[in-house]
Amino acid sequence: MSEVTPLIETDDVVLHFPVSGGGALGLTRRAVKALNGVSLTVRPGETIGLVGESGSGKSTLGRALLGLETVTGGHIVFDGAAVTGGKRQELSKIRRETAMVFQDPLNALNPRLTAGEAIAEVLRVHKKVPKEKIADRVAELLQMVGLDPALSARRPQALSGGQCQRVGIARALAVEPKLIVADECVAALDVSIQGQIINLFLDLKEKMNLTLIFIAHDLAIVRRLCDRVAVMYLGRIVEEGPTEAVFSAPRHPYTAALIESIPEIDPTVSLPNAPMQGEPPSPLNLPPGCSFHPRCPYAEPQCSRDPPPTLRRRDDHGWACILDPGQLPPPQTATRLQNA
Amino acid sequence: MSAPLLKVDGLTVETKTETGTHRIVDGVSFELQKGEILGLVGESGSGKTMACRALLRLLPSSRLSIPKGSVRLDGKEVMDLPEDQFRAIRGKRVGMIFQNPASHLDPVMRIGDQIAESVRFHHGGSKRAAEERTIELLQQVGIPDPKERSRAFPHEFSGGMRQRAMIALALACDPDILIADEPTTALDVTVQAQILRLLKELRDARGLSIIFITHDLGVVAQLCDSICVLYGGRVCEHGPKERLLAAPRHPYTAGLMGCQPAIGATGERLRTIPGYPPTVDAMPTGCRFHPRCGNEVAECSRRQPPLEAYEPDHVAACYNPVGETAALLAKESA
Repeated sequence: MSEVTPLIETDDVVLHFPVSGGGALGLTRRAVKALNGVSLTVRPGETIGLVGESGSGKSTLGRALLGLETVTGGHIVFDGAAVTGGKRQELSKIRRETAMVFQDPLNALNPRLTAGEAIAEVLRVHKKVPKEKIADRVAELLQMVGLDPALSARRPQALSGGQCQRVGIARALAVEPKLIVADECVAALDVSIQGQIINLFLDLKEKMNLTLIFIAHDLAIVRRLCDRVAVMYLGRIVEEGPTEAVFSAPRHPYTAALIESIPEIDPTVSLPNAPMQGEPPSPLNLPPGCSFHPRCPYAEPQCSRDPPPTLRRRDDHGWACILDPGQLPPPQTATRLQNA
Repeated sequence: MSAPLLKVDGLTVETKTETGTHRIVDGVSFELQKGEILGLVGESGSGKTMACRALLRLLPSSRLSIPKGSVRLDGKEVMDLPEDQFRAIRGKRVGMIFQNPASHLDPVMRIGDQIAESVRFHHGGSKRAAEERTIELLQQVGIPDPKERSRAFPHEFSGGMRQRAMIALALACDPDILIADEPTTALDVTVQAQILRLLKELRDARGLSIIFITHDLGVVAQLCDSICVLYGGRVCEHGPKERLLAAPRHPYTAGLMGCQPAIGATGERLRTIPGYPPTVDAMPTGCRFHPRCGNEVAECSRRQPPLEAYEPDHVAACYNPVGETAALLAKESA
């Protein structure tokens, strides 16, 4: 592993958003603790899925990786350039070599620009191709994402959600990025269109050796697309490893509960009898110790007392829990897939 | 089978736009038995929400109208009832919950007061009795410390709790039918599992009938007894869950099932349905699915296929259904 230079390395990243108006007279300073010590390594050509419930900090991490949020502590290094240093030169390298695809494709596009103009704008700003070649490159990019170049004259309102998302991806590709961060980019799309976009990512990944950080709450999609997966809970990575290892033998109880909650299209499988209780606590007011302990069926007294467990690693598969591998029962889904 | 609790027949909703009048719901029919959970499945624009809003006469715009259709509740036609009599049905006999509870709860009124208001509006009684009923309802939907939490405002609740409060509000009048419009789409998967379990418990405990609107076949497979698949405002397949999922007849149903990412290995391509769902002003002729269908025959673009029964309670609208040859062969060999 260590022989490959990572494309992105984060070390103990902390990000707190201050909020006003807490306590008596609104004088107490409070902070939304979005990220609480995240260390993550992404190797070039890898697709990594960031999963977790809302409020787990997965989107914040994605934005921080691209230098779109100012971190409170820790370091992020992208391809040798410090994202967290805030140096102009280094930031501009990041802008030139990374791109983001957003959740709501309609809102992410300028309503007054046609699909073609939206893509041409990127090419022009980044001076990717000479002026006279822009039209050709736009057509090429549209084809790459499976759109008829004839659609380039349409404005976002005249395109469907799936088509808008393809334009969004074409815009990201126009940068010829080393890294794409896709934030819930299929969540707003219909089921039949989701598959098309996932397949497009799979194709692009093969063709262009793209490094992709795919943020999603849909674990089934992550399993299809990603080589590795990092599970987040309240601003911490609680489990990280190769996708199949994590899905077939999760080592953190939270990951196990998430996998069990995926509704499956199999009428013989009924709803889990005892779904995980409760909801994630507010990131304004984190529980002491392991932040998952109030919902954890395996919690011991030490879980609420001791500082949160750090990520332990074995076989390239890390987990932040006092349990040892093999102590959790494998999820039903994995057993069923093996028997099938 | 006993007489259905709800029978919807040929329900049609039209919208007037600059480009003319379009049918967004076109002759939708289905039945709902007491204690049944029916899944209404479709993509955006399939008319699933509109059909349910129409049967409650809750159309969100004055440009929408219901030119025809019959809705029978306990065998009694309710579509031609005057509005003041219909109000006794809406809310009281048929309750509804929505995808985004935050926008359907009054932000400046305490949760408990909202529920109590509904109790008194439909049942009358003293303020005290309504308060007691409210606390009982909040307890039923699994809100901890119901007495104290009833004093909270909606913004103090999390997404899952708000949906529970919304369900309590819908249950306040002890309805026979609950229409649930994508109630778990905006929730996290772990909370979604909790809400689905709650709905199933409510059905088991009080014989509640539920129409569950969703685009997620996984949710339907786990929760519902029967499934009705809509495409382009029309029913394309309807049947008991087990049979429909084991042997879908309509190519669209089969396609939707194939799109599910749950089964399959990493890196494997997902099966997809080519093209995009149609828009209201450009509905294809004949079967509305034919431009995206891999099974189409010449007839498909000419005439709308009628709903045909494959089993007494399993119907599909297709000229060239999936698995037809396989089914015939099985019949011959038997």
